[in-house]
Amino acid sequence: MNYATGSRARAVGGPIFTKTVVALLLIAALAVVLIAVRFALGLGATTAMNDGYAWGLWIAFDVVTGTAFGCGGFAIALLVYIANRGQYHPLVRPALLTSALGYSIAGFSVLLDLGRPWLAWKIPFMFWHWNPHSVLLEVALCIMAYMLVLWVELSPAFLEKARDSGSATLRNFAERTLPILRKSMLWVIALGMLLPTMHQSSLGSLLLLSGPRLHPLWNTPLLPLLFLISCIAMGFGAVVLESTLSSRYFGRSAHRDMLASLGGWILPIVSLFLLIRVVDLVVRDQLGALLALDRYGTMAAVEIALFAASIVMMRSQSQRLRLGNLFRASMCLMAAGTLYRFNVYLLAFQPGEHWGYFPSLTELLITVGLVAGEVAAFIVLVRLFPILEAGSSTTKIDPSPAGIGSTSPTA
Amino acid sequence: MGISRRFALKSVATAAGTALARAIAPAKADAYERVEPADDAVGMLYDTTKCIGCKSCMTACNEANNLPYDTRGESAGRWHMPFDLNEYCKNIIKLYKDDETGEQSFVKRQCMHCVDPACTTACMLGALYKAEHGIVRYNADLCVGCRYCEMACPFNIPKFEWESRAGKIVKCELCAHLVAEGKLPGCCEVCPTGAVIYGNRAELLAEAHRRIEAEPDRYVPHVYGETEAGGTQVLYLAHLDFEKLGLPDYGDRPVPQTVKTIQHGIYQGFVAPVGLYAMLAAVMMRNRRQQSEEDTKDEG
Amino acid sequence: MHNETIGEHLVRCGVSRRRFLRFCLELAVVAPAGVAWADKTRGAEMARQIAGARRPSVIWLHMQDCTGCSETLLRTSAPDLAELILHLISLDYHETLMVGSGHQAEASLHQAMSENAGEYVLVVEGSIPRKDGGVYLKIAGENGIDLLERVAANAAAVISIGSCASWGGIPSAAHNPTDAVGVSSVVRDKAVVNIPGCPANPYILLATVLQYATAGTLPLLDDLGRPLFAYDRVLHDHCPRRAHFDKGEFAGAFGDEGHRKGWCLYHLGCKGPVTHAPCSTRHFNEVVDCWPIGIGAPCYGCTEKEIAFRVPMFDTVKPESFAPAASFAPIYHETKTVSPVAAGVAGAVIGGLAGAGLATARSLDKKDEEEES
Repeated sequence: MNYATGSRARAVGGPIFTKTVVALLLIAALAVVLIAVRFALGLGATTAMNDGYAWGLWIAFDVVTGTAFGCGGFAIALLVYIANRGQYHPLVRPALLTSALGYSIAGFSVLLDLGRPWLAWKIPFMFWHWNPHSVLLEVALCIMAYMLVLWVELSPAFLEKARDSGSATLRNFAERTLPILRKSMLWVIALGMLLPTMHQSSLGSLLLLSGPRLHPLWNTPLLPLLFLISCIAMGFGAVVLESTLSSRYFGRSAHRDMLASLGGWILPIVSLFLLIRVVDLVVRDQLGALLALDRYGTMAAVEIALFAASIVMMRSQSQRLRLGNLFRASMCLMAAGTLYRFNVYLLAFQPGEHWGYFPSLTELLITVGLVAGEVAAFIVLVRLFPILEAGSSTTKIDPSPAGIGSTSPTA
Repeated sequence: MGISRRFALKSVATAAGTALARAIAPAKADAYERVEPADDAVGMLYDTTKCIGCKSCMTACNEANNLPYDTRGESAGRWHMPFDLNEYCKNIIKLYKDDETGEQSFVKRQCMHCVDPACTTACMLGALYKAEHGIVRYNADLCVGCRYCEMACPFNIPKFEWESRAGKIVKCELCAHLVAEGKLPGCCEVCPTGAVIYGNRAELLAEAHRRIEAEPDRYVPHVYGETEAGGTQVLYLAHLDFEKLGLPDYGDRPVPQTVKTIQHGIYQGFVAPVGLYAMLAAVMMRNRRQQSEEDTKDEG
Repeated sequence: MHNETIGEHLVRCGVSRRRFLRFCLELAVVAPAGVAWADKTRGAEMARQIAGARRPSVIWLHMQDCTGCSETLLRTSAPDLAELILHLISLDYHETLMVGSGHQAEASLHQAMSENAGEYVLVVEGSIPRKDGGVYLKIAGENGIDLLERVAANAAAVISIGSCASWGGIPSAAHNPTDAVGVSSVVRDKAVVNIPGCPANPYILLATVLQYATAGTLPLLDDLGRPLFAYDRVLHDHCPRRAHFDKGEFAGAFGDEGHRKGWCLYHLGCKGPVTHAPCSTRHFNEVVDCWPIGIGAPCYGCTEKEIAFRVPMFDTVKPESFAPAASFAPIYHETKTVSPVAAGVAGAVIGGLAGAGLATARSLDKKDEEEES
């Protein structure tokens, strides 16, 4: 296996500034204006965050949920390199790109959210001040490092383009760099699995420190485990959505069988999540709270129902082979994971009944704009660089890993 | 369908190994070392039965800390009249009033200076830290404004400068700058009735128990902060339930205990992450070796 | 005659010892600190000290003024008091109080200046016009600037009484047609004691002059040149209506219920919270409540350089200190707010995503069916 350095991926090509991209960029431009306003006026004037809910949409969605959406790279890497399922190799690059963009948005959102972002450099560099007890420090360092790892993992796509370009300098550089990357990529990829394991679980640990103020439906020492498992499931779900949508958008045939069998991997993971979630509730004697018809019980029930719905929709291979069904199931899964994270970070967190939070228009539009920018960037990068592999709905997936990853680098 | 469940479970188990260990870790009591108050820990003792609600401690606090007054909202620029602790208020007198029973009590709120604080556990670079005498202090130079301390503090004490473009955290530091000069904290200095007094935590605790013993009818027989959330250096005596005064019953378990147990269990010496990394790499190398063997076979 | 002490003068003029003692005690109230002899707590001791001092020679110049400050000095409630005041000082030149006029008056100015050169106290009332070479004020053919400079040159102490002399007062109000300024803008080589007010409280002048007469010193001054013993705090701090401020009881309009009940005048534009003056404790003319707030008129900040004649009379000001209000924070203060627009946008975004997703799924369904068939 040539670890992401050998690929049959091709740049999709075509016009860059299509109507869709321009529309997305306009939404992103609005966000850029609002970001300027945020920095000019401060957080109090532009966001609905307050001293009760000190973290709002930007943390709960852009960072906590956004990086879970961006776990496609992590999940596919686990599948391809650890479970040794080389046949999923065509999904690696698009998943990595989604992840890299998602994590970059998350990192950028953190800078928006910080009161004193220009001091953020101190986090990685002032290591003698590191607080070993701080979960957030671990999350911050891991996410920063992982962002770097993701772009390095993805760099062969850009280098291949450089190698095939007209410029001699670029070609030389690519030809010298690619072999080095090929040799060291294993270690980078291993890091690319270690880091998300650490920080995705720690995103759950973060709120353990709010323990006394966390609603018992979500307050469990298993939070890190639940966050980790659900992020892997969401990563797979994100790959299904991204792959289906991009094949539709670019008018290519979908990797139907590959996605269907991917669904087969999601199934046990989500089941495991639900099992732990429910057993945990039973053990902690919280079933009563779950069935209570207050907003906490209702939201927890909706969240669990969405997870369950995705399982039901993906129950058999024949169900999964129907792309519409698989797509709906993945949507359910993503909604469930998102709701779970929102529940933990905003609903379960109770600074007191007298505090309230609903994101301000500025917060919302900035988040929407960042996501729009992310989608636009995905479309443009996929058109320019070898990321996507053409799929075929008729090709049957060879269950053995042999013969897939061994393709020689495209010349 | 061609995919073995064994692999699915194996891959999840590999990735989840660390987290599983974390989840089990709380059971190991030895992973968390309970923090005891230092011998020279200082604090305050506030007695609701002595407070007359004059609020001179509030203005004294702003003066001692060179903090602008909060004249927003209903105050319309006339008074320092915050409704909660905030970026302009490190110390507040609140009023509990039950019109039906006629029960009434003032309560002073400021940093509790926990023995094992959640905020210092949360803080990435130690901008909030346990300083001399156990005072929880703040160093703005190391603060990036992430506000995790606000999310962590069970007493909802640290506040953020929302109106600033360079928001910092604002919270009571027990007037450490005055204490260092041998002076009293602003609030204790001006309190006309001795409702809040400053001193060594152990002595204040003894004084609190002495008061309860001397006048058992006057107080709820409990010193809030003696054990709450692992103990705080600011102690409360009250004539009403502490819950009513906004001081919840958190039990005696320090807030950071769960997290410290997990983090210590997993990241002690960084063994677990390095081990996991090695394992991941090893599996990948084995897979690659198998791959190339099969490739050679195919080619041959 | 100017060599006799105050005591000798009082005896010669037949002022009773009892009356003088009473005055000394009154003075002790208005000038509780800062005056050199204020630490003598007994009236008799103060009286002895004042009585032993030489009557200070005072030259009083009028510039652009209304003579209100002089009037206040004389309009005492007890007729003998004004007389007493004039016994304490030797008012050698005062344009409106002098018996003589014309050349006679000028002669007495010349005489006072030469006899007490370097020893007399110069009191200035009114602002000095500087525009067009100071032509807007002339006395005996001499303009204000020249007159002031000439008299101040040999003065032992210079005191500006009233806001006009202190920093321009009414004549300097925008757009200041005569370029009116206070004494300290003309006399730059001498320390000038400013006793602002419109009018100024005469007791502050007396305390200052008597401190100079008895101890040869001038009182400590704040950064606007005002004696600290009188101007060290805002009158708001001792205002008789302060309790209403703290309770949140305010007159909303002249003549309304709050106004009739004697509530706080802050909302009517009272400048008390930023005005440093002793008005709230030392009323005028020894009459209780004889001062603006006492009669229901908001303070207009006449002792503050930047307030009176600068800030509109009925504008409210930001208080200098913020004593706690009488209303208390509840244990839990409700702060919830949801912007309906944001809620709408959030709903639209979530709904849009779900709708688009489901529509996509449906079209995928169709494809699935096509392929199956």
